[in-house]
Amino acid sequence: MRAPVSWLRELVSIPDSESGRDIAERLIRAGLEVETVETLGEGVLGELVVGRVESIEELTDFKKPIRWCQVTVGGATRGIICGARNFSEGDLVAVALPGTVLPGGFTIATRETYGHMSDGMLCSERELGLGEGHDGIIILEPGSALPGNDARPILGVGDEVLDIAVTPDRGYALSMRGLARELAIAYEVPFVDVGRELVELPAPDAERLPAACASDDLEACALFTLRTIIDFDPTKVSPGWMRSRLSACGMRPVSLAVDVTNYVMLETGQPLHAFDLGKIRGAIRAGRPAGGETLETIDHVVRTLSSDDLVISDDRGPIGLAGTMGGLETEIDSTTTSLALEAAHFSAEVVARMARRHKLSSEASRRFERGVDRELAPYASARAASLLLQWGGGHYVGMTAVEAAMSPVIIEMRSSEPSAVAGMEIPEATVIESLGRVGCEVVGGQDPLRVIAPSWRADLTDACDLVEEVVRLIGYDNVPSRLPTAAVGHGLTAAQRMRRRVGVMLAARGGVEVLSYPFVSDAELDALRIPSDDPRRSTVVLANPMSDQLPYLRATLLPGLLTAVRRNAGRGSTSVNLFELGSVYRGAVEGEALRPSVLMRPSEQEWAALNEALPSQPFLVAGVLAGERELDGWWGAARAYDWSDALAAAVSVGEILGITLEVSRGANPSFHPGRCAELVLAGTVVGSAGELHPRVCEALGLVPRTCAWELDLGALMTSAPPVRPAPIVGTQPVAKEDLALIVSDEVSTSAVEQALRQGAGELLESVRLFDVYRGPQVPDGHRSLAFALRFRAPDRTLEAAETAEVRQAAIDCAASTCGAVLR
Amino acid sequence: MSAPNSAFDPKQVAALDASAIDAMVADALAAIAMAGDLAAIKEVRLAHAGDRSPLALANREIGALPPAAKAEAGKRMGEARGAIKSALEARTEILELERDERALVEEAVDVTLPVDRAPLGARHPLTTLMERICDVFIAMGYDIAEGPEVESEWVNFDALNVPPDHPARTMQDTFYVGSPESGVVLRTQTSPIQIRAMLERPLPIYVVAPGRVFRTDELDATHTPVFHQVEGLAVDENITMADLKGTLDHFAAEMFGAGIVTRLRPSYFPFTEPSAELDVQCFVCRGASIGNPDSSCRTCGSEGWIEWGGCGMVNPRVLDAVGIDSAKYRGFAFGMGIERTLMFRNGVTDMRDMVEGDIRFSQAFGVES
Repeated sequence: MRAPVSWLRELVSIPDSESGRDIAERLIRAGLEVETVETLGEGVLGELVVGRVESIEELTDFKKPIRWCQVTVGGATRGIICGARNFSEGDLVAVALPGTVLPGGFTIATRETYGHMSDGMLCSERELGLGEGHDGIIILEPGSALPGNDARPILGVGDEVLDIAVTPDRGYALSMRGLARELAIAYEVPFVDVGRELVELPAPDAERLPAACASDDLEACALFTLRTIIDFDPTKVSPGWMRSRLSACGMRPVSLAVDVTNYVMLETGQPLHAFDLGKIRGAIRAGRPAGGETLETIDHVVRTLSSDDLVISDDRGPIGLAGTMGGLETEIDSTTTSLALEAAHFSAEVVARMARRHKLSSEASRRFERGVDRELAPYASARAASLLLQWGGGHYVGMTAVEAAMSPVIIEMRSSEPSAVAGMEIPEATVIESLGRVGCEVVGGQDPLRVIAPSWRADLTDACDLVEEVVRLIGYDNVPSRLPTAAVGHGLTAAQRMRRRVGVMLAARGGVEVLSYPFVSDAELDALRIPSDDPRRSTVVLANPMSDQLPYLRATLLPGLLTAVRRNAGRGSTSVNLFELGSVYRGAVEGEALRPSVLMRPSEQEWAALNEALPSQPFLVAGVLAGERELDGWWGAARAYDWSDALAAAVSVGEILGITLEVSRGANPSFHPGRCAELVLAGTVVGSAGELHPRVCEALGLVPRTCAWELDLGALMTSAPPVRPAPIVGTQPVAKEDLALIVSDEVSTSAVEQALRQGAGELLESVRLFDVYRGPQVPDGHRSLAFALRFRAPDRTLEAAETAEVRQAAIDCAASTCGAVLR
Repeated sequence: MSAPNSAFDPKQVAALDASAIDAMVADALAAIAMAGDLAAIKEVRLAHAGDRSPLALANREIGALPPAAKAEAGKRMGEARGAIKSALEARTEILELERDERALVEEAVDVTLPVDRAPLGARHPLTTLMERICDVFIAMGYDIAEGPEVESEWVNFDALNVPPDHPARTMQDTFYVGSPESGVVLRTQTSPIQIRAMLERPLPIYVVAPGRVFRTDELDATHTPVFHQVEGLAVDENITMADLKGTLDHFAAEMFGAGIVTRLRPSYFPFTEPSAELDVQCFVCRGASIGNPDSSCRTCGSEGWIEWGGCGMVNPRVLDAVGIDSAKYRGFAFGMGIERTLMFRNGVTDMRDMVEGDIRFSQAFGVES
């Protein structure tokens, strides 16, 4: 909402010393978000005067018609060239004299153009920075000034305009009237409500019947009024001051009838609509359409109606979307001489739903959605009718109206409630006085207070709404600051602690955390070679994605990480180790929306059903490693990331949670079929790690041999031991035994290691593979695995014979389970 | 090895003469002092303390002395050999020390060589900032609550007193999952976690809830469709706006420095009433830049205050929707954007830096923000 300060000053006596910024500060403290304070025509420097066009010579030798005008600017007459054609001889216009600077730094000079010496410029609104109007030059009202007068005050140059973002509860603030009321409260000055002044109109015409109206749905349209004016002069234009104000408020002046409805809407907050009565057949009624009809609105969009809409119709069908936008067919035009002026009260919900359905937000719908004063319509339409008669001539026929019965809402509030909520003492007298200042009526003196909210404050329905009004008027700044008594907390949950540790550990290992968008495309999933039956294809689909290319939510963290890898590479960081912790989303969303009552707690069943309707959202951790792990340097040659780095990262996540993940050969299709490990926890696969499939790297433009890993962190965290048992730290001497076993390539190292452990039994302290050898003495398809074994007894020094015995037992077990042969 | 002088032969032995021994000792000590390195000292040891040294040879003659002279000669000889031995030891120790020092000097390296073979990684500053915020509230006795990112529309809107077709729903541009009628959305705010906390936790409730939220804004320097918020909620008997202000002031001081306070301006949120916009005092200029063009402040735009978030007293309708007796309990709630906080607190100038995953951005923060 744009509000010129000059207009506000006309409605409320703001002290003269107050600047636009001061006024903005007051409104902000009252809860209105003033986003900017701008000065109209701020860039206009130098002389801007009123001129009278004495004569016009049409120049026709040029590509476009040009006028050579003689303009009196007090005393002198100047010759000025002008390209606009909207003015006539005798009109008063705004003239920028040579030397004047216009917004944008454009300096007017005497110069030869179109064969004449042009000695100034006739200005349009846009050229002066007063608005968007550029259809022609500004024409002042006849007799409003003398040639040579300073045109600035007349044009509003220098006037300040506040731009206010109005929250949904403050519909009344979408009007000068509402803002003026807030300022009257803030400055503690009297307020005269233009929304309750019934402008005097001519007596209704006893000979003629005004246009008839009806409301077929008194809940959706509780008040419908029509005022009829005939013999209206469609050639009359709006007065300059009205056009200036509309422009300053960001609305384009159109025609007298349209301008008046807009002007009164800005002033009072009541949306109005003028129909061309000549195009109407029968009564104008508000009601529900059957559904399926079409209506072309004045924005030239053909809209298909729903039975949930609220429309204005005549005998031939719908002629407008109620409180949203009129129809094209009955729109007033340059020949309209009879008008039906609609002012009505439509339900906020109905208009909101309709505006949303038709994706049509208009000045009218924005106001109805936020609540229009229920009693305002007849007052506003009287103002509009009076302006139309004054400036457009015409004859007032009369008014018709239908209205639902109205019963005031009484809100009960204990007079101590504002004190209790604010945490400060607020005397009852202050409470009652504050409520009175915002327009509430307190009926009866007993507690709880019985309060009737004013009709323009549809947002005041509950005691807490009244509390806000009271505390707001006292000032939020005056509420004291103190800490509540401490609650007894539990600290971080185990899962919260574990997530932090995993993050710190991965960072300490050189990983850089990213937080990528969860939106993915089919192309990315295809590039990752994820087959159609894979759970990672069971993606959640967005109804309104940011881009049609990215319609899904991720079911794996890899696409986002790989995008970040690519972006880093593009910026010169080709060696990266990235990781991400985050949710993925799996499963379809089906069925009807569940909407339990909000008047009470949902039942256990309702709550369970709401949660079951959500897709599963596992919490994963994943990483991607590309390029070089260690650059070449004085220490030696570079070392590239390989599959083992990815696997080590994944295994370390388990380790830091106190979990030993089993590793086996994996078959994740995104990975190199020979370099993919599967991570298993209690028999369930919880992740993959290894080198990405060469085709994945190629398809996604990654460095060859990019490695990755991904783990279901949520599953790991549930299995993490809550308490870790202490080890027995043996102090007896250790006995070390090395051995090399030849095993087939079919047998995994971990199987051999497991066999050694099993065979050696409890005396074995650790096994470590220290060499893998292929070559002479080892048959083809086999390799030699060299292990270092450490034995220790808790209570004695192991004898050589005893050590030899367990060593042999280990070898025997490896031989029998893995076919291993001692080398 | 000196042979026993079994054949008693009482004669004077010149080599055992006191002056001769003194001369040998003097020779030996001079040679020891002259020895420049460990190899030289080894030779000196052989020459003056070895089996073939003059003293050793003289020693062999002791047996030939008459018994009366033996004791005296033995004593003299012992003193002489002792003197040489200790001189040798002393000199050897000095030479060994010199050798060691030389070796350590030779092994010196350039410790200014780069050692960043395996540089540290980093956590995302948004993550660490959220953790920092959580820690402030953990210390105040709060718990950390969580909720799903794909959320029920009822929890995200209806239960928060945003009925269908309420204009507040269009304040936030919502991602709908499946279809616009599915009743499932990407949560547009962390406020649904309030509903979950109130439905699932015993009273009183003191929680903060950090998390990721989604709105259909295009990515630019100041907007992103995916961002983070932190929500705070306290529900207890006798909770007041004064408690809310005190909590926010404490929070602001913890985040931005002692003495930094907050300011509330009336506003509107469907789930709080009264509602307020929350500003934090500028922690850079502390208000000194207001109306002072000579010392303008980039952090607050010389406003003295920085818009930080929203807050208010929990609307009793929200308490009704979760079955909390609003006659007995009241609550306050607040929320703020993490990206926004990081932007003004740490001077991030472009939203995209927090989104794109450029390692240079996060690495500048390390594991703290």
